[in-house]
Amino acid sequence: MTVPDGQDELEAQFAQWRQHVQRRAELKQSDAEELEDHLRGSVDELIAVGLRADEAFLVAVKRMGGLDELSREFAREHSERLWKQLVLTGDTGGPAADPRSRRDLTAMVICAAGAAASIKVPELFGMRFEADAAFYGPNFSVLALPWLAAFLAWRRHAGKALIGVLLALFAVGAVAANAYPLAEDSQSVVLTSIHLPIALWIVVGLAYVTDDPRSSRRRMDFIRFTGEWFVYFVLIALGGGVLIAFMVGTFKAIGISPEGFISQWLLPCGVVAAVVVAGWLVEAKQSVVENIAPVLTRLFTPLFTAALLAFLVALGWTTAGINVEREALILFDLLLVVVLGLLLYSISARDPLAPPGLFDKLQFALVVSALVIDVLVLLAITGRITEYGTTPNKAAALGENVILLANLAWSAWLLLGFVRRRTPFAALERWQTSYLPVYAAWAWIVVLAFPPLFGYL
Amino acid sequence: MRVTKDLVAASATPMVLGILAEGESYGYAILKRINQLSGGELDWTEGLLYPLLHRLERLGHVESSWQSVAGERRRKYYRITNSGLAELAEQRRQWDTVVDALKQIWVGPGDFRPLTAIPLEGQA
Repeated sequence: MTVPDGQDELEAQFAQWRQHVQRRAELKQSDAEELEDHLRGSVDELIAVGLRADEAFLVAVKRMGGLDELSREFAREHSERLWKQLVLTGDTGGPAADPRSRRDLTAMVICAAGAAASIKVPELFGMRFEADAAFYGPNFSVLALPWLAAFLAWRRHAGKALIGVLLALFAVGAVAANAYPLAEDSQSVVLTSIHLPIALWIVVGLAYVTDDPRSSRRRMDFIRFTGEWFVYFVLIALGGGVLIAFMVGTFKAIGISPEGFISQWLLPCGVVAAVVVAGWLVEAKQSVVENIAPVLTRLFTPLFTAALLAFLVALGWTTAGINVEREALILFDLLLVVVLGLLLYSISARDPLAPPGLFDKLQFALVVSALVIDVLVLLAITGRITEYGTTPNKAAALGENVILLANLAWSAWLLLGFVRRRTPFAALERWQTSYLPVYAAWAWIVVLAFPPLFGYL
Repeated sequence: MRVTKDLVAASATPMVLGILAEGESYGYAILKRINQLSGGELDWTEGLLYPLLHRLERLGHVESSWQSVAGERRRKYYRITNSGLAELAEQRRQWDTVVDALKQIWVGPGDFRPLTAIPLEGQA
């Protein structure tokens, strides 16, 4: 009855409608097909009573009612669809995604098993996990992180050249951890244990940004990855703690003491495996769950700003000055790290094109108050250092403070420009991502140059 | 006269199960059948029908399959199960009770005189 032209037009309208429906999270593919069949039934009937094809389509769509209402009704029955779920067995994602996620799972299991095995290898040479802290402290990251890097490099099909660079850097890390003749209780062992993981984490980052290491966007992705990885790692650690508590309790009830097994096998193997598993989870769920790190940032930025401003006001009120203890510098280093983290993760989640808002001003206040506090601390502490001479710990803490201070000072300047609409937001983002190599460089300096510089103290 | 939303919702399950008890069917045909049965007085929407069908499927009262009957489009057909028949019987028993009770109150059609109100007023 209809001319072919009208039929083509009708099909185009159906295609458009289908696209529209499929954008709804509440409606699955099969629902869309079912509804389309319904719509077609309606259209056919209307054409049969004499309407033209386009009129029939309009009337039928109108009769079906608004999509909003329709999907609300669907959501009431299928509420689980709005809770995006991470399915470990990997179904739903469609036929194409399935074999890939299974391969990922296999690779993850291999890497996690490899990490667990490599933490046990030193035992063949007489090391004990609970006794030889001076060995395991610096070497922990050397044993665990290459496996995470391997998983990421495999997943991104890294080229031979990059794999060579990664291997070389991890080898340098291994040398740095073991080559220097350091006493078990020296400051340098502790410093290496702290800084080598940072240096090697950025090597992991190199594996993460394989395809385009210079791209600011890819580096920002790695910052996001780091935050999510950390959240997952903490969650896994909490679960592991519960597991251990129950194991100890239940086995003790039947007269068996599992402590040896836990401290020699479960704990070390579990922790290094969790490093890989957390990385895999971040990769697997990327599109499945909202990122949690930016949410935490949003929550804590106002609170930290209030706390720092209150501190400044109190400091001005009492006029007592800051009591510079030995730990003070480290405490204020950590404060700067937290402020930087808050800044980084809100940058990572922000739409770069959105205009400056109240939150950006809040962030500016946070950064500036942290800077003011830190400058006061630095003024108070430099005197002390020159007075008593310097140790590896003091030098490292001071160096970090300067690095973070430089970053935050320039960030504050860029933020001010952004709030006053002088500079684009992208400038701040680029500044943060291009600063990453500085952290790596400093961490390597502490690991490689500090022990000989300070006479293996 | 239009039947209220609440009443439509309450009668939805027995209505759909009853129609499917006549034989397997698909969404559009079910909606047309309801229209025909009620003379267009029951205001059913797609937003009511399809989520209801999916809920009945989840509860195991109906099962569905995509079929293409000769000369027609591929469609999702729904079929009532044994548990659906049992549910229908149960719903029917409940509805019979309600309808019986209502019939006893409503002595005759169009007869809305307040029969019991008069003696009460006389006492007061």
